This record gives sequence, structure tokens and C-alpha cells, in this order.
Amino acid sequence: MKLFRSSSGDTVPNQNAQPARSTRRSNGLGEIAKVLAQQEQLCILDLGSTSANNIRYFTERGHKIYSEDLLEASTDPALATTDEQGKPALDSKRFLAENLMYPSSQFDIVLCWNFPDYLDESLVKPVVEKLWSVLKPGGLLLAFFHTREAGPDAVCYRYHVMGGDNLEMQPIELKKHGRGGSVIRLQRVFNNRHIENLFRDFSSIKFFLSRDNIREVLVVR
Amino acid sequence: MNSPKTGEFALIGKSVVIKGELSGSEDLYIDGQVEGSIELHGNNLTIGANGQVKANVNANGVVVQGKLEGNIKASDRAELRKSAIAVGDIATQRLAIEDGAYFKGRVDIQGERAKQEASGGK
Repeated sequence: MKLFRSSSGDTVPNQNAQPARSTRRSNGLGEIAKVLAQQEQLCILDLGSTSANNIRYFTERGHKIYSEDLLEASTDPALATTDEQGKPALDSKRFLAENLMYPSSQFDIVLCWNFPDYLDESLVKPVVEKLWSVLKPGGLLLAFFHTREAGPDAVCYRYHVMGGDNLEMQPIELKKHGRGGSVIRLQRVFNNRHIENLFRDFSSIKFFLSRDNIREVLVVR
Repeated sequence: MNSPKTGEFALIGKSVVIKGELSGSEDLYIDGQVEGSIELHGNNLTIGANGQVKANVNANGVVVQGKLEGNIKASDRAELRKSAIAVGDIATQRLAIEDGAYFKGRVDIQGERAKQEASGGK
């Protein structure tokens, strides 16, 4: 019996002509898969676009899964404000008051996927600081970053964990995304130093450079 | 399923607003606004595309097409359709989430054994 409706893992052409999915190997996910296999009842926070496949994958293995689409949440029109210079910005305090509301040190693993590249500038640092606090000491955080400028319309993906280091990527239609109707775009490209600064409160950081111009970052609190 | 197809259910229409405790022993389709709690032991709840519910939900099966803010406890299955916006925890045996659905919360998939343990092995 198939418990989940998600079409993830399907290899036959989709009749609804949805954007094609692709697969990739992820070294960072491979490292996390080892931890998942060694330990039981881990608490995992998936911050990507909701994936039924991921929920099934982790719950079938006895882990606890929390799902929260942070990028979508950041499109809430109620967050719109202006900064000190009167320029449009997002209210990071309100955002953190409504999202990532978890006790300290709750999670063993946080999956950010590629949202930091797409998240509004004003939210990136506060969110990473919050993620540090909700991770357990020794907990792992996985994030993907572009290594080169790919333009504002660079494809954003929903990531499906397929087992081991296998990851399926499903393109998200950016212009239709977002509850407030706002467009999610690639905001910037972080270089290594930016990334190190972003995660400077964490105890260690590991970079994996892949062929598809993605820099995977695995950090340990 | 975009709208109820049979007459074997109770319907809360688009223009109806209810605040309080809702309980019953038949299937329920909500296309209006409900705030409070919903108890439908052994029966199914569908929140239609226009439905806006702020309540903890306890039913046999729960289908969400509209907005739900509250925890879902579904003894059989829960489904989040692509138009669903669901904020709250889900505890069920079977879960289906369509691509495009927005979900924020914890998922607890309960097997038969866990269910029996929870009910004292009855």
C-alpha cells in the first residue's frame, strides 16, 4: 500500500506535465544518512518546500520530522515594512515570532536545502542565529549555495530524499510561488567567507563543491 | 474531490461562521469558517477549498483543501490537497500530501501497534 501520494520517485512521465525532476548525489546528505542509520529517534527539521517523500522517508525510519516551508512563509505580505532609510524590507522580528517557534536544542538535524540563497537579505542572519539555538549541541545543518551568479530566475527546488546520498530535485515555479503572491528569486551568491561568517557561531563547517555549481555546506553546532 | 458528491454528510456552507465545539457521528464537509474544536470519531471531515478552520480536529479521515490552523488527529488517514494550507501537527496512520500543499508542523505516523498501545491494547 502506498501511504503517500507524492509522485516522488516516479520515473514515468507525469501526465500533468509538471517540471521535470532530476537527481543528484549529495555528499552532505550522505554524511547525514550515516548519522540517521546509526542513531534512533532523531528529531529532524525540514525547512524546504513540503515534501511528502521526506516525511515518509524519515518517519519510516523511526525519526521525528517537522516540516516548515520557510521560503513560502517569508512571502507573507504582512511582513512588509521599511528599513531605517525607508527602503522596502521584511520585518525579521515578526518573521521569527511567527516561524521557527521551537524550544532550544530541539533538533538533531536541520535541512535548509537552498533557501538561504533565496531568502530576503534581512532574514538570513536572524534565521541562521535562530537555527543555531534550535539545534542540539553537536547537531547537523545542511545547506546548499550557488557557487556562481545564476540570475534572479535561477531554479529553486523542492528536495526529496531518496536514500543514502541520493536526492531528487523538483523545480518550483518561482513566479507562482509564495502565499502573498510575491516572487521568490535568487537573492545573492555567497562566497566562502560570507558562508563562514554566517555560520561563525557553529563549531565546525565542512564544504562540498559539486559539479553542478552548488556548494554544499554541512555545519555542526 | 472539489465538492461533496453525495448526501451522506453534513455541510457547512461558504457563508456559515461557527465558533465553538463541533461534534457529530456523520461525515462533515466544511466550506465556511469554523473556530473551536471538531470531534468526528469514526467519521470523516473534509475542509473544502473555501473552508477556513481554526480548530483541533479529531476524525477518522481528514481531507484539507482549504485552510486549517490546528492539530489533526486522524485515526485512519489525512490528506493535504495541493490547495491546502495546514499549520499544526498531524497524527495519523496514513498521510498523503500533494505537491503544492503548504504544511507547517510535526508529523507523527502511528502504526497499528502504537494505536493499540495508546488505547490500552483494547
